[in-house]
Amino acid sequence: MKNTTLPQLYEDMRRVRTFEERVGELFVRGKSAGSMLHLSIGEESAAVGVCAHMRDGDTFTTHHRGHGIFLARGADPDRMMAEIAGKESGYCHGKGGSMHIADMGLGHLGANAIVGGGIPSVVGAGLSARHKKSGAISVAFFGDGATGQGILYESMNMAALWKLPVIFVCINNQYGMGTRIDQATANPNLHERAAAFGLAARTVDGLDVEDVADAAADLIAGAREGRPAFLSIDCYRFFGHARKDKSPYRDEAEEAEGRKKDPVLRARDKLISDGLMSEAELDALDTRVASEMDGSIDFAVAGNEPQMQSMFRDVYAPSQPEPEPVRTRLDRILAQEPR
Amino acid sequence: MAVQQTTYRDALRLALSEAMTKDENVIVMGEEVGRYGGAYGVTKDLIKEFGPERVIDTPISEAAIVGAAVGAAMTGLRPVAELMYVDFIGMTMDQLANQAAKIRYMFGGQIGVPMVLRTQGGTGRSAGAQHSQSLEGYIMHTPGLRLAMPATVEDAYHLLRQSLQQPDPVVFIEHKGLYTMKGALDPDAAPAGWGEATVLREGDDLVIVTYSRQVHHALEAAETLAGAHGINVTVVDLRTLNPLDFDTIRPLVEAAGRAMVVSEGVMTCGVAAELSARITEECFDFLEEPVVRVAGEDIPISVSPLLEQNSVPTPELIVDIARKMFA
Repeated sequence: MKNTTLPQLYEDMRRVRTFEERVGELFVRGKSAGSMLHLSIGEESAAVGVCAHMRDGDTFTTHHRGHGIFLARGADPDRMMAEIAGKESGYCHGKGGSMHIADMGLGHLGANAIVGGGIPSVVGAGLSARHKKSGAISVAFFGDGATGQGILYESMNMAALWKLPVIFVCINNQYGMGTRIDQATANPNLHERAAAFGLAARTVDGLDVEDVADAAADLIAGAREGRPAFLSIDCYRFFGHARKDKSPYRDEAEEAEGRKKDPVLRARDKLISDGLMSEAELDALDTRVASEMDGSIDFAVAGNEPQMQSMFRDVYAPSQPEPEPVRTRLDRILAQEPR
Repeated sequence: MAVQQTTYRDALRLALSEAMTKDENVIVMGEEVGRYGGAYGVTKDLIKEFGPERVIDTPISEAAIVGAAVGAAMTGLRPVAELMYVDFIGMTMDQLANQAAKIRYMFGGQIGVPMVLRTQGGTGRSAGAQHSQSLEGYIMHTPGLRLAMPATVEDAYHLLRQSLQQPDPVVFIEHKGLYTMKGALDPDAAPAGWGEATVLREGDDLVIVTYSRQVHHALEAAETLAGAHGINVTVVDLRTLNPLDFDTIRPLVEAAGRAMVVSEGVMTCGVAAELSARITEECFDFLEEPVVRVAGEDIPISVSPLLEQNSVPTPELIVDIARKMFA
């Protein structure tokens, strides 16, 4: 488990915030791979607050907007940025990109580009943890959009039924793509649904990272003892769904109001007012983090493209034959001598 | 273990039981697999042998059964998930096609998903349009998924054991019409390798390539063709559709000059379409006749036994079409 004091939580949130800002720059510079980038700016307290209480051996799955969670869990920003840029040096050698990043070493069982798609994996990971008596928990991170997907309810039912060491963490940024939560459900009190399945269920305001971390600490401790849980974290997504989305579905007044709910600034102000860190110390920290993330962009941009032949690799295990490329196959067939 | 007379169903059960004894990470999960013993009895009494922690009765939640198997496989277990009918595969398709099949590739080879999804399909029990389909084409169309379809008692055992050794997700489709079929099984005999087709009958005139229950229809038709019509047929049982053993098919078709593909799945865009295209491309210069597909009609399956039986290939249809290839 990590240090959960406010200075550490702040630093982790600042790293997530700055990383995401750099991801946005990568996109603007035309250096990101593909068109899909989902920034989690505004949601830092969820990533950092929950991950603060995870430990080695724990596993997790994330969603479209999972950069911050992975970074908070200890990911190397260089390899993350390289993956987002589609480079060989990235976590998945450029095949996963932003939406499908994973790292088994850190227990990251995968980001998911299917809304709700990664949720049931934690049920299986929970079965494994219990079978192997590893003491590990598994956490499914997803957005409020996923609460419309049946797989969440199938998974919560199984987790509760079998008392698995798992937690379902809903990062409620108020929008499933362009549809506001109150346009997607008649009852936006999401934890009530989980409670109905028999899970320990709570909603916490994401403005204060310490509140999030406290709630996560309780629920994670319970999960390790076989009390599966659901935590909904209220926050506001500062930018559009994906990088090109200008958010036509919400007005400037709403966005301005929403962006006041900034967990990073909130923590910064509190550090100063509580006398834990000075403004100068915080500025120095922010500068150090900015420099680290600048380095990650440079690392990503400088990385090599994947080798073409790698296209046919890892469809199946390395011990298995690779699929025959279309071109090779056709050349072979057309080169046959007529009988 | 000596040669024993057993059924396709019990051969499957033996394979599961032995695999679970050998490797404590093998778990079985699915609807009714425990106390009930499986809708078709394949997992009968396994729960007594291995307990409810390893033979896990699930709610009726197909997507989460497969999804949980994915997560379990990624974290060190060897799950065998049972889907009661292949017809329900649509509900699992995200977990199967978007997760299980893609994980190794998307994550740059970091990890595989060594799970087996056991299910059954096909006609023969008047189970109607939602419980009788042959959906192997869905699986074969998805890179990353292996597909095994045993036709014999021996392969029910050996292919399931082999499937449990694979590093990648295997969809294992049994045939509902074969569970009570009896045959000899020698668990210690060396089986055909994973991904190898077997030649069950040899003949110089025509090669029939098929799998699952249609192997038996093809063998029956071949006897009739040899006896009554002087047409000698080779019957190839593919055993696995992915991997596909084309190396066995090619020389046989080149020698005979005629090929038929028999599949219970519907004709259009089906497994037979793929096989026939492949044979045509690779063996074109040797063919005396177009490759013929004898496949399921492009219609849903009826409850009426008469309509059901005649909406998929029958031995009579195979004989009739084969004769026309020589007319």
